[in-house]
Amino acid sequence: MGVSILPVLEVKDVVAGYGEVEILHGVSIKVDEGEVVTIIGPNGAGKSTLMKAVFGLIPVKKGRITFKGRDVTGSPPEKMVRFGLSYVPQSENAFATLSIQENLEMGGFIRRDGLSERLNWAYELFPDIASRRHERAGRLSGGQRQMLALARALMLDPQVLLLDEPSASLSPKMVEAIFERVAQINRSGVAILMVEQNARHALQFSRRGYVLAMGVNRLEGAADELLESAEVGKLYLGAEP
Amino acid sequence: MTDAVSRPADLVGRAQDIRRRYGDTAVTAALWLLIVGLVLWSALNSDTRQLFVNGVVVGSVFALGAIGLTLIYGILKFGNFAHGDLMMLGAYFAFFALTGRVSERPRFDKELPWSLDSLPGAVDRLGDLTFGYGLIIAAVVAVAVMAALSIGLDRLIYRPLRRRGAGIVIFAIASLGVAIAARSLMLIIWGPEPRSYVTGIHKAQQYPFDIRLKTDQIFIFAVAVGLAVLVYLLLYRTKLGKAMRAMSDNPDLARVSGINTDQIIAWTWVIGGALVAVAGVLLAIQAQLNPQLGFVILLPLFASAILGGIGNPIGALTGALVVGIAQEVAVEYFAPGYKSGVAFVILIVILLLRPRGLLGARV
Ligand SMILES: Nc1ncnc2c1ncn2[C@@H]1O[C@H](COP(=O)(O)OP(=O)(O)OP(=O)(O)O)[C@@H](O)[C@H]1O
Ligand SMILES: [Mg+2]
Repeated sequence: MGVSILPVLEVKDVVAGYGEVEILHGVSIKVDEGEVVTIIGPNGAGKSTLMKAVFGLIPVKKGRITFKGRDVTGSPPEKMVRFGLSYVPQSENAFATLSIQENLEMGGFIRRDGLSERLNWAYELFPDIASRRHERAGRLSGGQRQMLALARALMLDPQVLLLDEPSASLSPKMVEAIFERVAQINRSGVAILMVEQNARHALQFSRRGYVLAMGVNRLEGAADELLESAEVGKLYLGAEP
Repeated sequence: MTDAVSRPADLVGRAQDIRRRYGDTAVTAALWLLIVGLVLWSALNSDTRQLFVNGVVVGSVFALGAIGLTLIYGILKFGNFAHGDLMMLGAYFAFFALTGRVSERPRFDKELPWSLDSLPGAVDRLGDLTFGYGLIIAAVVAVAVMAALSIGLDRLIYRPLRRRGAGIVIFAIASLGVAIAARSLMLIIWGPEPRSYVTGIHKAQQYPFDIRLKTDQIFIFAVAVGLAVLVYLLLYRTKLGKAMRAMSDNPDLARVSGINTDQIIAWTWVIGGALVAVAGVLLAIQAQLNPQLGFVILLPLFASAILGGIGNPIGALTGALVVGIAQEVAVEYFAPGYKSGVAFVILIVILLLRPRGLLGARV
């Protein structure tokens, strides 16, 4: 494994929130090239807020976000995707009233060429949605919708993918399928920053992890260390399976 | 006193009861049956057949207005109360481009030395139509002006409100302000007297089934349906249109997908402004140029858009035809003064029984 000099994505002491309400009080996170990094933490910790702040959906009041050494703090989402980041929000992550194909076309909105090749590529990776490409996304099952959301985010061939709870409220079988796909995407060279409730599962195929609580970094470390840490085990992983 | 206050609440409660008891699908099916039944009946009944045809023409004009209204609602999420008055303003711009006339004092116009009607043959009637190619060029001019004006109004008024995160009520009131400003502008420049693009009387032609129609009315219908189809193709077949629908569905996800929402908003105003101008010119051909007419037409526009499902252009077209037919056919049974009352009743019934509209909200 080569040692990268710069992380692809670095979040440094970020303060952000909604209007006057401050939710993140200085959060720092980094993602190296090709890595899978998982963020865990209790409900309301600010995990989704962090994702939104990184992606420019809410303003960053303090701190800095760099992508491949370039300062991207405060760039709006439509710029972030042009830099090479992509984001799957926690909820409402597909256009319910658009067809599956149209969802993917929107994912590739800023592509200049190769849209149809990329569509074929996405349908190959996600055969479940390929057969329903002209149906409205609103009619998909939870798991299929999550697959569509992943596919949409991959239409621009991003270097870093932000995933907010990709396995939330899915059946165990579907969770397995999603994680498998995420691992596959990562193997193709995409770095992944993922928020997960299925902490054990997610950490098992992550390299590193962060624990976020009350809007600050609580713990961080190699994924296997976090898995063995007593505190994490007690708080977030539940009983040993 | 208390009775009067509690009545509307009762009505809402009763409507909810009906929906709960019979289910949304059953209520919708019943509404569809009722509407299709009444429309068919008015078309087949020889007493009302002529009114039905008039209603289709009136409804076509409503349709263009309602499609613009619904597009703006879909993207910007507010009911644009200026839509009717901007329609009329567009009609007046076309009038000005055609005739170069502005009102100097009551019943006396000042005329520019040159305008489109100075072009050779510009006012010679096209076939059986009452107007010449001059009006068509004038309409194109109005389209350009209204598109530019719509973008200007957005920059000046709506964009600052968006940046401030203003709520839907603020937007609605701001648009009411625009409506009043537009109406005042028409009154100042062209005066309160009704006008028309052409002078003289034009007779209707006889068609089978005892129907009388002016060729202008056929023209109005054709233009309205043609433009409605174009808007449909835009929304479902082009990249811009799909992005508009995506933004209407989920603006954050649209941005996350790389769609520049400011650009989409600008395009929405361009398309909305163009539609407003055409709708206004057609309205003026069908009725007259009258500064008050824009506000009068607002109610049927909203009724049409909501009947079809606000945010849905196909719905707006359907809704507009139904409202137009209902208004005209009602003339057989009620005094013509109650025409807008019909639109109002439709609006209330739909809001109570099926607020999402017949074809469901959003595209
Ligand atoms: N749009 C919003 N406006 C105002 N406050 C919000 C908004 N979204 C979230 N919050 C608040 O911010 C805090 C953090 O929410 P956030 O969604 O980031 O938590 P989370 O860690 O993602 O939790 P979960 O595990 O439930 O997804 C919560 O207190 C929440 O109520
Ligand atoms: Mg969350």
